[in-house]
Amino acid sequence: MSGKPAVELEDVHKSFGRTDVLRGIDLAVAEHEVVCLIGASGSGKSTLLRCVNLLEPLDRGRILLDGEEITAGGVDVNRVRREIGIVFQSYNLFPHMSVLGNVTLGPRKALGLSRAAAEARADELFARFGLEDKRDAYPDSLSGGQQQRVAIVRALALRPRLMLLDEITSALDPELVAEVLNVVRELAKGGMTMLIATHEMAFARDIADRVCFLDEGVILEEGPPARIFSSPQEPRTQQFLARIVEAGRL
Amino acid sequence: MLVLIVVNSPNWEEVKEQFFNWRVFKNSFPDIAEAFKTNVKLFLTAEVFILVLALFLAVLRSLPGPVFFPLRVLSTAYTDVFRGIPTILLVYLLGFGVPGLQLSGVPNSQFFWAAVALVLVYSAYVAEVYRAGIESIHPSQAAAARSLGLTHAQSMRYVVLPQAVRRVIPPLLNDFIGLQKDTALVALLGVVEAFRQSQIESAGAFNHTPYLATALLFLLLTIPLTRFTDWLIARNRRRELARA
Ligand SMILES: Nc1ncnc2c1ncn2[C@@H]1O[C@H](COP(=O)(O)OP(=O)(O)OP(=O)(O)O)[C@@H](O)[C@H]1O
Ligand SMILES: [Mg+2]
Repeated sequence: MSGKPAVELEDVHKSFGRTDVLRGIDLAVAEHEVVCLIGASGSGKSTLLRCVNLLEPLDRGRILLDGEEITAGGVDVNRVRREIGIVFQSYNLFPHMSVLGNVTLGPRKALGLSRAAAEARADELFARFGLEDKRDAYPDSLSGGQQQRVAIVRALALRPRLMLLDEITSALDPELVAEVLNVVRELAKGGMTMLIATHEMAFARDIADRVCFLDEGVILEEGPPARIFSSPQEPRTQQFLARIVEAGRL
Repeated sequence: MLVLIVVNSPNWEEVKEQFFNWRVFKNSFPDIAEAFKTNVKLFLTAEVFILVLALFLAVLRSLPGPVFFPLRVLSTAYTDVFRGIPTILLVYLLGFGVPGLQLSGVPNSQFFWAAVALVLVYSAYVAEVYRAGIESIHPSQAAAARSLGLTHAQSMRYVVLPQAVRRVIPPLLNDFIGLQKDTALVALLGVVEAFRQSQIESAGAFNHTPYLATALLFLLLTIPLTRFTDWLIARNRRRELARA
């Protein structure tokens, strides 16, 4: 890992009622670094990302963005969220707005850009990600892959310094996965700092600078993808990857 | 069948004369139609205030966090109270009660207080309709809006409410229909609207046909709206099916 950290998690704890989901997460993501979170279903990947975006309050620990503690009281959460883009598994596009409306809402209302400036920004992104012809379409007329690309573009329109991607391909038909992953590759090439929860091991191996294996609320093992995938040290990591291989997903 | 029973009943001739008298109908209709304008005016004025007040109540009730607990309670109490009181009672209470107090600076027009009564009752119902709409929007929509840095108010304004309102238009229209009919209640206060006018006409002519004229006017107003509402519901259902 190199460069100064864009985001740091220190001893992050989170439980829902009596379920301890995160039990002491320490993780730093450097600027321009791509970190993939892998782990069984229910291991807390989504919760971790939601905590970073301040959608869930922490029980203990803290999170820093560019050295500023964003989990401290009195921090303007809306300002922090403008700095951090998040994309969910289920796209969550706004169905009553066109693609353009979806993408310009944040810049106009949260950043206060004029309509013209917001649209210029959107058009730039549409061109970059091949969505020009979908500009005026409504979400329900788009394929899942297109919707997810729009969701990514919607987050990018705020020019975030960090992108959080939560299983962004797991709701997609297999033939639509590639177009979405290509968008993420393009982002990585552009130097975007990203924290990605994924079940796509081949993709993680390909794109990640570092892979973290999440197990029972802690990061049990981490390292470069080549090492994690070919010679995992922890028995639980080995088990997890063996199951993945069995399922034909690696 | 029903028609046959009615037409062959022993008293039919007399009833026909009493309720279906063309001459009386023709004579009374213009005045009743004139008075019906009051119903329409009352309905339209009340509706505007109902839509705004109800939306305000519903939004209050959806405010998050413990800070807003008192406001949520207030809004809940309001809807409980005004949905619980029979409309006719409230029309009486306000229509006779408030002008009776002879307060200075307070309007004494019975039309005004009748409108207030209808607004109070119907906004409680409509607030519940709005609330159901707001709650039917999946929380992930608000989360997506918040994740873009929008404030709670902005996410309500631009993401949740537009979808919620669209979804509840049919039940809202149903409440409108109820309101249109309930405008006749203000006759109790002596406000001359269609129903009151038909009472006057009927007393003058010793004949009940004017009531029929009034019923017809109400139907002319409510049936198109009912048909439109059903059409909207059917269209929404088709869309939902197409999406699934
Ligand atoms: N809002 C919530 N309320 C209660 N429990 C929750 C909530 N959100 C998550 N959990 C629980 O926390 C645990 C971790 O969930 P999380 O969604 O973070 O896992 P995940 O690693 O993302 O799983 P998946 O791979 O299935 O997406 C699960 O047991 C889940 O049931
Ligand atoms: Mg998840």
